[in-house]
Amino acid sequence: MKEKIRIASGQGFWGDLIDAPYNQVFRGHIDYLVMDYLAEVTMSILQKQKNKNPDLGYARDIPELMKRILPECKNRNIKIITNGGGVNPISCAKAITEVAKHLDVKDLKVAVILGDDIKDRIDEIISSGCSLNNMETGESIEIVKDKILSANVYFGAFPIVEALKQNADIVITGRTTDTGLTLAPMIYEFGWNKSDYDLLAAGTVAGHILECGAQASGGNFLGDWKSVPNIYDIGFPIAEAYPNGEVVITKHENTGGKVSFETLSEQLLYEIGDPKNYITPDCIADFTSIKLEDLGNDRVRVYDVKGLPETEFYKVSCSYSDGFSSSATLTYSWPEALTKAKEADKILRKRLENLILKFDEIRTEFVGYNACHGPLAKQIDEDDINEIVLRIAVRSRDYNSVERFGKEIAPLILTGPPSVTGFAGGRPKPSEVVVYWPALIPKNLVQHQVKIFEV
Amino acid sequence: MKRIKLIYIAHGRSGDKGDAANIGIIAYDNHGYEIISKYLTAETVKKHFEGICFGKVERYELPNLRALNFVLHNTLGGGGTVSLKLDAQGKTLAAALLRLELEIE
Repeated sequence: MKEKIRIASGQGFWGDLIDAPYNQVFRGHIDYLVMDYLAEVTMSILQKQKNKNPDLGYARDIPELMKRILPECKNRNIKIITNGGGVNPISCAKAITEVAKHLDVKDLKVAVILGDDIKDRIDEIISSGCSLNNMETGESIEIVKDKILSANVYFGAFPIVEALKQNADIVITGRTTDTGLTLAPMIYEFGWNKSDYDLLAAGTVAGHILECGAQASGGNFLGDWKSVPNIYDIGFPIAEAYPNGEVVITKHENTGGKVSFETLSEQLLYEIGDPKNYITPDCIADFTSIKLEDLGNDRVRVYDVKGLPETEFYKVSCSYSDGFSSSATLTYSWPEALTKAKEADKILRKRLENLILKFDEIRTEFVGYNACHGPLAKQIDEDDINEIVLRIAVRSRDYNSVERFGKEIAPLILTGPPSVTGFAGGRPKPSEVVVYWPALIPKNLVQHQVKIFEV
Repeated sequence: MKRIKLIYIAHGRSGDKGDAANIGIIAYDNHGYEIISKYLTAETVKKHFEGICFGKVERYELPNLRALNFVLHNTLGGGGTVSLKLDAQGKTLAAALLRLELEIE
């Protein structure tokens, strides 16, 4: 058994710093590179891409990244785990094997985890007694069933462990929990069992710290943010994991950013509910048990984590299409910038009303004044305001109303209040509103499969 | 009675969970944690976010991190891609809570 392993976070979301995973590989020692590409909305976007082209539906940054890191990772035996397979992990794996052939990388095993995609099984699942009703509102799935764009089960770490046991160099998954990506190599390397709940919880906590990339190492840090050194060259977090469940969070030497009690505590609180019940497919982690010890030099020890047994359910994330939205901005300058913006909003609303359009919501915000903090925004003297961005957004199930809204913005420049600018991007187009539908499914209704592609 | 602005004793981070926002507030030291654990109640937070949070506020304690976690329901204008808000994911709500002035004894 290895004495310790170093697991590096390479991506906090699809669209994160392109060079982050490259730097994790090339600027220091790591054993695993884990990359989270999937947000709730991402699956529906990928499903739409796959509907248009059956070879797409995965994070297309991955093959490009592999061109830069694959030979180095193979030489140094750095394993790569990512959920960037989206709704088409097989095509993602094939694209990677093509890159490997092109670069003459040999003896490469790319594993794919399948079975999370239940979009075509919904009727079968309902008829076997699982309602798939909305776990937050209790609504019946029947009201949205015909509009579903994607439906995926969140797998945990164990399918990835199975792939690692088959000597995979790269593991590509579809919808897997972000935490599972980091937990899996610990289970595999240290031989943890399914009932080692404290250890599984410790790895899950490490996964939660790593899943948002540099948000754990000084990015988006609301504490003393100006004290974060060289943030232009921010080092992404690395979990140095030990067989007893202790983890030291750090980053490569000579990179920017900061790993401290403060940066980690902010990330630990990110997007959590009840901290005693952090539920994953692998275990329930108790975030109130976590102990942090700041060792200095960008090293923080995370220990004493307690866990409870897993639940009998997987979480399901469905998405469905429900209407259209659009937003537009115009910028008004001093004098009376806010008054002008408010007047323009009134004029626009009156015109939309006269056109007898149908909207579910019209929202106005004054960027530079109250868009972020609404009624909590500090009152300021109008004369002190240099400029205001008027932002108006609409949503409707009627496409034509949303499209027509887009045509009413530019005319405000010549038919409304003065000293207005900032409308150069053309008419705003309606975009599809994708709604997220969370549900639960008994674990025995879903089976994962591991498929290996070899070069 | 004296008033103390939260930003001087704590920091935090916020994000989204559907239409709910969560705000984690972390005190800089143990004294700060004593203050927030005593005075930063769910009711105080709910009142502070009047006109922003339209649902209930849940409060959780994490003394191990000198932190409190608040879940604000019905806050993000529908959440996800439904929300028309500029800050549809509630990213700036932690900062908004740090505006709060606590009245302490």
